[in-house]
Amino acid sequence: MTPPLLDGHLVVDRAGFRLDVRLRVAAGEVVALLGPNGAGKTTALRALAGLHPLTAGWLRLGGVELDRPDARRFVPPERRPVGVVFQDYLLFPHLSARDNVAFGPRRQGLSRRAARQRAADWLDRLGLAEQAGRRPGQLSGGQAQRVALARALAVHPTLLLLDEPLAALDAGTRLDVRAQLHHHLTDHAGAAVLVTHDPLDALALADRLVVVEDGRVVQEGDAATVTTRPRTDYVARLVGLNLHRGRADGRRVRLADGFAVPTADRLDGDAFVVFPPTAVTLHPDRPGGDAPHTWPATVAGVHRHGDHLRVRLTGLLDTAADVTPAVAAGLRLLPGQQVWASVAAGDVGAYPVGP
Amino acid sequence: MTRRAVVVPLVAAVLALAGCGGGTTAPAADGAPRGTLTVFAAASLTESFTTLGRRFEAEHPGTTVTFNFAGSSALATQITQGAPADVFASAAPRNMATVTDAGLAADAPAVFARNQLVIAVPQGNPQRLTGLADLTRPGLKVALCAAQVPCGAAATTALDAAGVRVTPVTLEQDVRGALAKVKLGEVDAALVYRTDARAADREVDGVEFPESARAGNDYPIVVLTDAPNPTAARAFVALVRSAPGRAVLTDAGFQPPAGP
Amino acid sequence: MTASTRRRGTGQRVPVALLVPAALGLLFLVLPLGGLLLRTPWTSLGPRLTAPGVLTALRLSVQCATLATLLCLTLGVPLAWLLARVEFPGRRLVRALVTVPLVLPPVVGGVALLLVFGRRGPIGGWLDATFGVTLPFTTTGVVLAEAFVAMPFLIIAVEGALRGVDHRYEEAAATLGANRWTTFTRVTLPLVAPGVAAGAVLCWARALGEFGATITFAGNYPGRTQTMPLAVYLALETDLEAAVVLSLVLLTVSVVILAGLRDRWIGGP
Repeated sequence: MTPPLLDGHLVVDRAGFRLDVRLRVAAGEVVALLGPNGAGKTTALRALAGLHPLTAGWLRLGGVELDRPDARRFVPPERRPVGVVFQDYLLFPHLSARDNVAFGPRRQGLSRRAARQRAADWLDRLGLAEQAGRRPGQLSGGQAQRVALARALAVHPTLLLLDEPLAALDAGTRLDVRAQLHHHLTDHAGAAVLVTHDPLDALALADRLVVVEDGRVVQEGDAATVTTRPRTDYVARLVGLNLHRGRADGRRVRLADGFAVPTADRLDGDAFVVFPPTAVTLHPDRPGGDAPHTWPATVAGVHRHGDHLRVRLTGLLDTAADVTPAVAAGLRLLPGQQVWASVAAGDVGAYPVGP
Repeated sequence: MTRRAVVVPLVAAVLALAGCGGGTTAPAADGAPRGTLTVFAAASLTESFTTLGRRFEAEHPGTTVTFNFAGSSALATQITQGAPADVFASAAPRNMATVTDAGLAADAPAVFARNQLVIAVPQGNPQRLTGLADLTRPGLKVALCAAQVPCGAAATTALDAAGVRVTPVTLEQDVRGALAKVKLGEVDAALVYRTDARAADREVDGVEFPESARAGNDYPIVVLTDAPNPTAARAFVALVRSAPGRAVLTDAGFQPPAGP
Repeated sequence: MTASTRRRGTGQRVPVALLVPAALGLLFLVLPLGGLLLRTPWTSLGPRLTAPGVLTALRLSVQCATLATLLCLTLGVPLAWLLARVEFPGRRLVRALVTVPLVLPPVVGGVALLLVFGRRGPIGGWLDATFGVTLPFTTTGVVLAEAFVAMPFLIIAVEGALRGVDHRYEEAAATLGANRWTTFTRVTLPLVAPGVAAGAVLCWARALGEFGATITFAGNYPGRTQTMPLAVYLALETDLEAAVVLSLVLLTVSVVILAGLRDRWIGGP
């Protein structure tokens, strides 16, 4: 196996917070750092850019050591082959779009003319030829985002960093820009790390997801694995699944006293069980027949969720069920009400807790 | 906030500031000086007049003498602009003329002292200066007062009388400025009043020169028309012109007025 | 900052509670000027303006104030940057020290300058002994005295502007390969240009009106160290009207220059 282009163990201590993230990114790969606010994603990005030195660990990019506290080695941001697209772009307000993009090439030693030519080329590629002479204040949000991308790419970075690149855009623009961004990220030959709290951005743009919570990696994998096999409540919520932990013995996973779900494959030991809220059916009385995956539950709350109603259940299992308004009307769902819940065996996924 | 809420404190503040200038004056029913006496006096009189003020208070119980020592021209301007003073003692007849021309003098000003120039040099006279002619020595830094102020005018007269042309490095705004530059060692010599050189006794020596007799400065004193306390004012002027008063002034380096 | 974001009058009513003190404040500042105008001897204005020395003092004033401002920019902007951007022990103390010339009576400032740069001062003595250079009683001395008194105005304005700039722009510049110096000249400085301009204007105006430190440190000699304020003060000794005319000249020149610069800075591209 060839060594990854980016290889890092990012450890940063800040007042009351420790980031400890192992990160490998191959050339041409796009990795999303996904996590809730305050998880340490931005700190990780700043450490990669050199805007925040590591407390411990190391960071190598293309075989070059960029940061290694125990060897007192630190390459400052201006000497790293890194391009950054900042959350609110941080386009220099006193420079035109072209001069913003030409800023990096100029610093790399290109003549003013050559730098402007390169900037014009990049703006052209991003469909911004007409806006080249405008100041950032005269650009729309989507245009500004693309100028920021052009500015970061114009230095031909080995590592491209994007901090919540779509967060500042309205919903309509976001779809367009996301598609374009995906296109340009695919073209980028180096490594790319994307920081986001939006699973949609992560799934659409990244080849691999690294989920960070409380400064640690809690899950890592491609989009399919993370969406079907979440390992924390946060990830499960992001991908819209009920996640439970139980103990498997062969073909069943016991989730709670007297309640177990069947598994498709043989499984032993500690296991996660997931099923979508839409797979849960609610009944006013205990359904007939010998249904082992039926359990009594208490309604904790009901709220709209798209064209469904999402019912929060407590009792044996804390879980969510999506029902149609018609079903809800038939059940007269109110908080505190006792119901019976069942889940279709075919919708249940189970996998071991251990790696 | 209403308009009144803003304006009232402002006006009150202005009035309060304006009120600061007022003094209290007790009427002198029996003809004896009493109450507060305000004397505007040239800065060069600071030491001698402070002494005389204390003596006056001792001789006339119930009186308080307040002084305003400043440049004579500044004092003259203040008086013509209505400052409440009883007595004005000027370092030059010209500034006294400003006041008398404005009709603010109660009677004719009387010359009570005369000040002469000396060459102020750093202590010990390191350059061994003996007279005005030495001031033309190359490389020697000399401070004079500007021609617009009395000590400058006197210096010009003295230098002309001696037939000496001096190129000063600075024309100071007043005699204290010139003296300060001698004290700080920035100049080697300055033409200042003898009283000023004497007041700075330790750091500065005064070198006398004969031409100074022709360039002296007469100090006139007068009671002002609008004096709030004319009785005390006249008594103070009398003290200044008396033999004991003259002794205090001579002590400070003044000479008696050119005799009648 | 761009023309499109500039606000025009909105036609909203101004609250009386603001308008009244504002009007009083303006009156308070402008009335003394009116007093000067009232006392101006308009009939003899021509000869007084062309009197020997007036133009010399005016030229010297403008030259010295401009040189002092340049000196302040050269030294003050980096100092303001240091105060705004670099954490170092004793920064609060340094910030307090910077304002000392504001609090110090200018005459005392002049004495302090003499004690250091004077003939017997450690630096002045060394300069004299090594290069034969003396600062007191020279035009350079005037520039130094004015810069000493005016520099805090520049530093405070620039530091405030620097604090107002999002320092992440500087980080963005770093990720684009700019070292700290390039970042400072290409990003930070353009971003704080309005603040620097405002500081320079304050600094220049203060230097132009400087009196106490100048006469104490540089003395008063026509053509060499006699600036307009010194000329005004001395004229006041003998001739109030001459002083009024000189003040008026100083005021007119400064107002014309400041208003001209302001239009250029704020109305420019």
